[in-house]
Amino acid sequence: MSTAREMAAAVRAGERTAREITEGALAAVAARDGEVHAFLTVLADEALAQADAVDAAVAQGRDPGPLAGVPVALKDNLCTRGIPTTCGSRILEGWRPPYDATVVRLLRDAGAIALGKTNMDEFAMGSSTENSAYGPTRNPHCLGRVPGGSSGGSAAAVAAGFAPLGLGSDTGGSIRQPAALCGVVGMKPTYGRVSRYGLVAFASSLDQIGPFAADVDDAALLFDVIAAHDPCDTTSLRIESPPTVRPSGSGVEGVRVGLCPDLIEGCAPDVVARVHEAAEALAAAGAKVEEIRVPEFGYGLSAYYLIAPAEASSNLARYDGVRYGLRVDAEDAGAMNTATRTAGFGAEVKRRIMLGTYALSAGYYDAYYAQAQRVRTMVVQAFERAYTSVDVLLGATAPTTAFKLGDKVDDPMAMYMNDVCTIPSNLAGHPALSLPFGTGDDGLPVGVQVLAPALAEGLLFQVARAVEAAAPEAGGSA
Amino acid sequence: MSEDVAWETVIGLEVHCELATQTKLFCGCRNAFGEEPNTNICPVCLGLPGSLPVLNAQAVELAMRIGTALHCEIRPSSFARKNYFYPDQAKDYQISQYDEPINASGSLELPDGTTVGVTRAHLEEDTGKLTHVGASGRINSAHHALVDYNRSGVPLVEIVSEPDMRSAAEARAYASELRGILVATGASDGRMEEGSMRIDANISVRPAGSDAFGTRCEIKNLNSLRSLGRAIEYEAARQITLIEAGNKVDQETRHWDEAAGRTESMRSKEEANDYRYFPEPDLVPLVPDAAWQERVRIAMGPMPADRRARLVDLLGGSVSGAQGDQIRVVVDLGLDTLVAAAVAAAAPAALSLARAANELASEGDAGLALPSESFAALVNMEANGALSATQSKLVLHTLVEKGGGDPAELAGAMGIESLGADTLTAAVAASVQAQPEAWARFVDGDDKLAGFFVKEVMEATSGKANGKEVMAELRRLRG
Repeated sequence: MSTAREMAAAVRAGERTAREITEGALAAVAARDGEVHAFLTVLADEALAQADAVDAAVAQGRDPGPLAGVPVALKDNLCTRGIPTTCGSRILEGWRPPYDATVVRLLRDAGAIALGKTNMDEFAMGSSTENSAYGPTRNPHCLGRVPGGSSGGSAAAVAAGFAPLGLGSDTGGSIRQPAALCGVVGMKPTYGRVSRYGLVAFASSLDQIGPFAADVDDAALLFDVIAAHDPCDTTSLRIESPPTVRPSGSGVEGVRVGLCPDLIEGCAPDVVARVHEAAEALAAAGAKVEEIRVPEFGYGLSAYYLIAPAEASSNLARYDGVRYGLRVDAEDAGAMNTATRTAGFGAEVKRRIMLGTYALSAGYYDAYYAQAQRVRTMVVQAFERAYTSVDVLLGATAPTTAFKLGDKVDDPMAMYMNDVCTIPSNLAGHPALSLPFGTGDDGLPVGVQVLAPALAEGLLFQVARAVEAAAPEAGGSA
Repeated sequence: MSEDVAWETVIGLEVHCELATQTKLFCGCRNAFGEEPNTNICPVCLGLPGSLPVLNAQAVELAMRIGTALHCEIRPSSFARKNYFYPDQAKDYQISQYDEPINASGSLELPDGTTVGVTRAHLEEDTGKLTHVGASGRINSAHHALVDYNRSGVPLVEIVSEPDMRSAAEARAYASELRGILVATGASDGRMEEGSMRIDANISVRPAGSDAFGTRCEIKNLNSLRSLGRAIEYEAARQITLIEAGNKVDQETRHWDEAAGRTESMRSKEEANDYRYFPEPDLVPLVPDAAWQERVRIAMGPMPADRRARLVDLLGGSVSGAQGDQIRVVVDLGLDTLVAAAVAAAAPAALSLARAANELASEGDAGLALPSESFAALVNMEANGALSATQSKLVLHTLVEKGGGDPAELAGAMGIESLGADTLTAAVAASVQAQPEAWARFVDGDDKLAGFFVKEVMEATSGKANGKEVMAELRRLRG
């Protein structure tokens, strides 16, 4: 399968049609998504109509946009006008948003083709996509394994070759961890670079939309399209920055890379080995690699599992059966509310709503929520300190390669540990990227993670390209 | 406690003021009252998944005007979420300012000079509106409820007073003065009947002279100044009766039943919600810089107290009690600029004030729209005797109906003119002749009979006579 860059170039040059590409993607989905289950909704008619519009633009000599004719898989927590948007939950079954998320509009304006809505852990809460109310997604590299989560559907869609690009959301690692498990590139931008308008909120201060792609430059291509100031999102940053897509081969000569044991220790030996190999490859390419300890990262997980559920408990209050989505009737409004939420939410969502409600309760707020915010500040300061001596940090993305379906569903703590290396970047609002680097002992992909300071996406992609250039041929077969 | 203990009522008010902005607090929907249900709505004010709030700068500006008028400190502030489930609340949380309000530590001076502390005046969003449908329309017996989200997200400023008021009259004076200030700042139309201004009262009682506060109750649903006064009197009496009977007051929220004239328990302290406030992550801190605050301050017109003082000055520095009432009416209704303009055009101040307070005040918005030249010309005609008081009122009413014009021309067209001096003299003489006994008593010094003769002459001349001239003629005849 060709890259998104090649596809868009061919479509723009009139060498390939968007319809032909889209038909190919739809055929691949029809052939294989029965077993992978990356998609909750496939937008066959809409995608073809969009493709025809792109082809018409090309035929008329109008600029079809930088993603002309490129199929994109959209996580099902991105609002799509008139198209079901479930968040993997029964409570939103059948709900059709009356508006498009800002990123969906930006993609359409760039000529991309929305191929479908992808499966996810319910309301993005989970690390395996097994918490979807609509059944799990399977890892295209090994159908008995999970694709990671919560954006498992988009990661699997790119890994399976259904679409060269995907969008996910990353609150505590929900793009990077499934990218690692599926052997693709996944990137979380700086908080505020990509508008959250139309992203169904999980934890508002942590959520950020980002790209999946088969390689680093495709991820950069998609990032450049979606990173734009949006007046509809108050937390959207008003900054102009140069495109991150570069001619190939930007070097890392002199770049200071901090190999961070606090983002490696506790991972499986095969994962640890790949991260060290990536560090060696960077050193060989001219980077200055040094070890740097950031022990505060160890507190991130605890802080995250108070802050994220606290915000979620408030964000998810609106699913009350009054205005949209599921309603289970009962004798009065309060009882209807309870019955609706009891039937509509799955176990993990209920667990986090209860955790968050508790953390914000009178008498507990200072000990839990406020304390977690203090820890968050400490993590931010730890990053700042680290970035006085290095330019980027390098570590693992996930502790292991893809685990078996069902392995961790009954052990929330084990599942939560999957996010231990990815959470610090969310707490700080910094960009980070996972890219495949070889395989584990089981032959499944391993992801390594590059972390950069706020707004340093250009540097992040630059370092990632150097790692990518040295990566062994990916194992497993897509 | 013995029967002869004197009780003191302690009152603090929370006033919710709907801001007169073009659009809602966090979205571009129109902020309008009385439209078709659920027509001014969008994903944001419906709380649809994925929607995000964007703060309305005009609302911030009006909040700052209120803070400035109430002598508040305008501070860096932030928003929080107040979490509770209710069907009229689209997101099941309300975005409100909590521990960092935009305005704090202010005060309001009542017309009698008493100062009431203002704790804070903060921004928040309004909820939608529920209509219970069923036998009685009351919540307990309703079969179902209809929700109108047109009001959802309408900007409010909540103005919280210190517990500084001690009587129903004082609370009414505070609410009335505050209403005047809200209108004068342009923040609100002040229409209590449309819910533009809603009042909750915190009421407690304590033995006179005590410094400690009693247990307070919060009274909701006070939709007029009259309700406010009645509710405070009822509630204070209820609490005193409880305490004197050896019981204690429970801290609770109570509902004012206007028809029954009493307060009823809504929920106790134990049933109160834990709102789980936390900082609103979808909004950034609101830090109005000094330049913006200054622009707001400069753009503000004078407040009611200043405007009353100006009228007192125009009247020569001291006024009668009746004129004080007229001044309050005129300033409350915004007719003071008309009075000032008339005085500037050489019309007598007292007569201008009286015509504005007594006649224009009952003409509503049309009275406000009367061009000041017309008003000044009319008052001058009455002052120099070209029109009698009765004629002047008639012409004024017609002037308002016509939206202005030249009162002299209008009076001519209406067939109104003052009596010639001869006609007036003849009318007075005729009246004196017809009432010899009354005339004799008047001549003997019974001045009260002057009014009797004025009335007689007025009737005989169909109101065309000028009362002052009739008086002068009567005195001349008496010698």
